[in-house]
Amino acid sequence: MSSSASAEAIVSIKNLTRTFNDKIALNKVNLEVNRGQIFGIVGENGAGKTTLIKHMLGLYKAQSGSVVMFNKNPVLDPPAVLSNIGYLSEEPDLPAWMTVSEILYYSASFYPKWDQQYADKLIDAFELPRSKKIKELSKGQRARIGLVLAQAHRPELLLLDEPSSGLDPIVRKDILGAIICGVMEEGRSVVFSSHLLEEVERVCDYLVMLHKGHILLSGALDDIIADHHIFTVKYAGPTKSPLNLENCHKITNLGPEIRIECAGEIETLKQNFCQLSADIIHHRTMTLDEIFTARSEDPQFSLGIM
Amino acid sequence: MNIQLVQGNGIPVYLQIVNQVKYLISSGRLQKDHELPAIRVLAEAILVNPNTVAKAYRELEVAGWVIKRAGAGTFVSGEASPLNKLSQEKIIRQSISAVLVEAKQMNISLPEIKDLVDEEHHKLQINQA
Repeated sequence: MSSSASAEAIVSIKNLTRTFNDKIALNKVNLEVNRGQIFGIVGENGAGKTTLIKHMLGLYKAQSGSVVMFNKNPVLDPPAVLSNIGYLSEEPDLPAWMTVSEILYYSASFYPKWDQQYADKLIDAFELPRSKKIKELSKGQRARIGLVLAQAHRPELLLLDEPSSGLDPIVRKDILGAIICGVMEEGRSVVFSSHLLEEVERVCDYLVMLHKGHILLSGALDDIIADHHIFTVKYAGPTKSPLNLENCHKITNLGPEIRIECAGEIETLKQNFCQLSADIIHHRTMTLDEIFTARSEDPQFSLGIM
Repeated sequence: MNIQLVQGNGIPVYLQIVNQVKYLISSGRLQKDHELPAIRVLAEAILVNPNTVAKAYRELEVAGWVIKRAGAGTFVSGEASPLNKLSQEKIIRQSISAVLVEAKQMNISLPEIKDLVDEEHHKLQINQA
């Protein structure tokens, strides 16, 4: 992943490998998150997203490689690391019998930096009923409580594991809003995993794509998008020349036209088509969803020949 | 300033912002000296990364569509010539052509496309209401 030399890494993971009963969950994963960045972890179920996040929280010890959070080992120094993290999982594990007010009071005692005024502001903004018990709240309201608890101690890093999963669009907007406001108003960094690639495309600066524990692709979102293309081309001549482009993922023959998914620098690709006497009928960059599908089907994104 | 992002069309988010601001200026809906929303305000309103809005504003500034005044904000520069009807049609035709190419690849008929256009138009109206 590219990062400027002066930027301060708050998460630094190097060559992290993890196996469960001989099954590889993470394989030589490297990533770095700098202060103020919004970093996305994408991948299908079982890709290793939650395992990676659990290493960041110090819940798993690195079997090989290293995990450093705020220049500390999260397994050896949990208070120093966890006091700087706000964590929200897909299903926040909250005591069902507590009321909203009680869970705030209870959680505040764990964090010296807890800001009750900020918590109250968020509770009001999310219109959460203070006297209601957790078990009486809807899934969306529980997710909102989770968001308040994850932020009220003003953490440096917000760590969200599939926060939008199964939630309605209004609650998903609250979560995106919390991510964006946290970065703008608090200078917070955010790491979030998601399979909703449209959301990731909207808010991330950097991302890592995981597939079966391997990193398929990582880097600045803008660079990743700018390097993946879908061309529809047509040969100028009546005979088909062999098409041989590096980094082609998929070539689909559509009668006189050919649809090509490929990676590379746009001007170079255009020149290649020109040399092949192929007219470009249409071009667009691939969506993150399309890139992920293409890369996971063909991790090498290797030479394609037609 | 009404910016509506369309997801999944292969146009990067920053470019959608750039294009829509250009169209608003060219059509006269944003006049010279009109102040664009602050980066934070627009980022929060359309739920995108503030860096993406900043990138869009930078691109608009480099191309001369807007001007940044230190300590004041970002304003429509007024240098852009208004788009005439033909140019407007050209932009829309390009988008329609892109849709038709992809629809053909997916074997979607013209009446089906027209139905989809109506549906999306309806959705946009609801979102704007």
